[in-house]
Amino acid sequence: MHSVPYLSLITFLPILGMIIVLALPKTQGRAIKSLTLLITGIQVIIAIILLINYDYSLGGIFEQSSFQFVEKWRWIDIDGFSWLGKIKVDYFLGIDGISTPLLLLTAIVTFIATLSSWNINKSIKGYFALFLLLDTGMMGVFVALDFFLFYIFWELMLLPMYFLIGVWGGPRREYAAIKFFLYTLLGSVFILIVMIGLYFSTQETLADGTRVFTFNILAMMDTNNFTPNGILSPLNPNNLRFIAYIALFAGFAIKIPMFPFHTWLPDAHVEAPTPISVILAGVLLKMGTYGILRISYPVFPEITKQLIWYIALFGMINIIYGALCAMAQRDFKKMIAYSSVSHMGYVLLGMASMNTLGISGAVLQMFNHGTITAMLFLIVGVLYDRTHTRDMDAFGGIAVQMPVYTGVVTVAFFAAIGLPSLSGFISEAFVFLGAFAVDLIRVLTVISISGILLGAAYMLWALQRVYLGKLNEKWASLKDLTFREYAMFIPLALIIIFLGVYPSPMLDLMNSSVNSMVKFMADAQVIYSSFGGF
Amino acid sequence: MNIEQLISDLFYIKPEIAVAVTLVVIVVVDLIMGKNKKALPFISLVGLLIAGILVVQQFGTAKFVFKTSINSSLMAIDNFGSYFKIIVVVSSIFIVFFSLSSAEIKSTYARHGEYYSLIFGMILGMFFMVSAADLILIYLSMELLSLSSYVLAGFVKNSIRNSEASLKYVIYGGVSSGIMLFGISIIFGLTGSTNLYEINSLIQAQSFPSITLLLAGLFIIVGFGFKISAAPFHFWTPDVYEGAPIPITAFLSVASKAAGFAVLIRFIKVVFVDSVDVNGFWHLINVIDWKSIIILLSILTMTLGNFAALWQDNLKRMLAYSSIAHAGYMLLGVAVLSNEGIIAIMIYFIVYLFMNLGAFFVVMLVANEIGSEEIDDYKGLGRSIPLLGVALAIFLISLVGLPPTAGFIAKVALFIALIDANMIVVLVITILNTVVSVYYYIRILRNLYLVKVDEERPMLRINFLNKVFVLFLAVPLIVFGIYFTPIIDFAKYSLNILGL
Repeated sequence: MHSVPYLSLITFLPILGMIIVLALPKTQGRAIKSLTLLITGIQVIIAIILLINYDYSLGGIFEQSSFQFVEKWRWIDIDGFSWLGKIKVDYFLGIDGISTPLLLLTAIVTFIATLSSWNINKSIKGYFALFLLLDTGMMGVFVALDFFLFYIFWELMLLPMYFLIGVWGGPRREYAAIKFFLYTLLGSVFILIVMIGLYFSTQETLADGTRVFTFNILAMMDTNNFTPNGILSPLNPNNLRFIAYIALFAGFAIKIPMFPFHTWLPDAHVEAPTPISVILAGVLLKMGTYGILRISYPVFPEITKQLIWYIALFGMINIIYGALCAMAQRDFKKMIAYSSVSHMGYVLLGMASMNTLGISGAVLQMFNHGTITAMLFLIVGVLYDRTHTRDMDAFGGIAVQMPVYTGVVTVAFFAAIGLPSLSGFISEAFVFLGAFAVDLIRVLTVISISGILLGAAYMLWALQRVYLGKLNEKWASLKDLTFREYAMFIPLALIIIFLGVYPSPMLDLMNSSVNSMVKFMADAQVIYSSFGGF
Repeated sequence: MNIEQLISDLFYIKPEIAVAVTLVVIVVVDLIMGKNKKALPFISLVGLLIAGILVVQQFGTAKFVFKTSINSSLMAIDNFGSYFKIIVVVSSIFIVFFSLSSAEIKSTYARHGEYYSLIFGMILGMFFMVSAADLILIYLSMELLSLSSYVLAGFVKNSIRNSEASLKYVIYGGVSSGIMLFGISIIFGLTGSTNLYEINSLIQAQSFPSITLLLAGLFIIVGFGFKISAAPFHFWTPDVYEGAPIPITAFLSVASKAAGFAVLIRFIKVVFVDSVDVNGFWHLINVIDWKSIIILLSILTMTLGNFAALWQDNLKRMLAYSSIAHAGYMLLGVAVLSNEGIIAIMIYFIVYLFMNLGAFFVVMLVANEIGSEEIDDYKGLGRSIPLLGVALAIFLISLVGLPPTAGFIAKVALFIALIDANMIVVLVITILNTVVSVYYYIRILRNLYLVKVDEERPMLRINFLNKVFVLFLAVPLIVFGIYFTPIIDFAKYSLNILGL
């Protein structure tokens, strides 16, 4: 039925675009921008086609048959010796209810970020080539089901991001870029170690009956595939699964970023150009939580179960600490950056609940946070473009001068606060309902709820300082939104309002998968407890 | 040993003969042609191609040649040796091309005959080194390699830097080869043999004083360690790499190191291994704890290389420390004492050849134009060398070991070997080292692209052929990074070390 390799298309289209961009002459700035817009536009269309053809009844998570748009062929095929086994790496793509919302999010955010990149004037060719490379990396992470492939896409994003922050960023861009690079690299090398450890602990049975080591993430979830002596195999009484889990989790946590690994984020955000901040907050942060859901959870269900209190604890710290930091900021962009830390805490808290409500809330929060934060960073960008300052105390009364803009701001701010009828409310409510239902983390949940209050405080305070009050005479000549800026804000605002009023489409999309994830985690407890020894 | 045997054995060292003949041809042509040296690089390339073809033909052969007694012979012709010969030949071909565009080498046009014949001297030394099965032959071939490279390191006579490098190289080299010879003499004194295979069966059969044996082993390792620039025998490396002409530096960093590794692996595997089990792990004869020694050396080497590289301002010197660090990583492949570790080293060397030669080549092309190798002089240069800049980025990223470059595959192969041998702590140390290394590699990219400069720098004029050539080094890194089946297959096929 799906003879068109949609997932490969959506992933590698940007690479094609990158090659064309590199071939175009430097002077063709407009053509390069239009081409990038076209490519990201096609990605949005493909994402919509995927959504239309998506079968809502299939769960995904752990069985290949219920993944959709699967593409699987052998990529590396080496016949080994008796002692090495065969080396097989698959090119294995597929989506389920966890990855589809994020794929959609990536397509939308990238498209909007391209629009927002329109006023980049410094080495346009390099910028858009790197931008498209980054795009491929992001798409790839969300569609890859082979750990090796996943890792390659994961690392592929590192370098473009380094240059995008480092070349097109603000005054302290060099520092921010290297900090981002070292931090994320440190995280990903931990992921690499665990990946290799899992490879030696999992053997897939091929069609001809031979068993080979595999990087297939789904095979790693199947307890029948464990080798007796693998260092990460539960069958091995001396296994290192606990340490590996911590390493893997830390690797993903750096990307989220989870306290205490969050310090790279404010620097990176403040220095990055607006479109890159949008991508960073809108998509990249989701990769951490996505990785935990896709890999840490189902591959290590028994350890996840042991650690949910700690996951919830870090979620709570993120929520409260992020909010308090946000409140203390004078720099508008830094405030938004810390608000991201706070909002990603909700995702962690929702995931820790391990029930349908909580995990649905977490995935929905990833999507909503992606759209809302993208909008918040665009808002800062609009103001910064016009005034070249981000000091919140330097503004005041902008609403008078830019009424439409302030209207947009209000939607985004209220969505971030979690006002009912806007999308942020639904996901936060789901997270809290889910987490509250679990006895173990109830206290943490109750404390976390105060984060909403703090969120309202810093958001409203910012709104007041920047947009309300008496107009600062310095800004008396500001112009309201341009057509291009409308084009950036309107789709995001519509999504936020739509999902706030009628979240069902998104919830239906993830429902089967979330259910199958919850069921899988519960079933796994029984199986793993039969192995004993942990 | 009769004469027919000798002649038929000569048949097995055709590649070595080809190299030796080329050396002679270069000397003769140089004499005949007088001032016109244009033909020399061409002859070198033809000689290398012939040698390369002969090496390829030899794949699959497994034979001891030049018997000295019933069960000992001078050389072992096997796939393992041929593999490293291929590495040497390919890097030599690149080096000849490098030399054609190097400003330093061009300045010595009148002495090109000497230059190319010395390069062939090095190649001949390395060819014998990787196949040698006898300590005396190992020593002689290493000396041939060393003596040729001492001269080449100081080849540009009027450059003080060159002479200093050469002198330091001679002193360190002389001392370490002396120590190595001492070690060999102790082994000979104990066992009465210099043949690796014979020593193996002797120390299996009877017990020797282990302290003496340990001492002898360590002394011999000093010689190998010098060649592969492992700490603490690395002191010459930064000075010589910085001082020597760039093509020679590049050659030393790849080919000479490859030969050093080949001989080190053969020495340990042949002399000290008792048996290889079904999982490919080696079981050592219980005399010297090579595993701990080499782990120690390797951690010391990589950590020292990486941390010292952080403070360097000269790019060549930085690459010297980086090559020390890489020697440390590769030593881990020996330390796991398994076939998988050896495969990892072999994969690493193919990749290392491209990325390290590539990095040096770009440094050389830039130095030709701006006359400097200081990292600070690279500030804002990114736009003046669009293609070279991107290529250099690929080389450096590959040296870090990030996907989608082949450097990642090399690192993963090594990590796989480590995890398979359950050496998790060592793996973590290695990985932290990799993270540290990012900082100094990325610093070059930072200077190229991120740093703002007050005035635009003029475009550098880079010869079209050189651009093509850079692509020849950069493109394989990406291709092998994405589709690495061929290099793994090649390494796997060449694993066969004669004897076990």
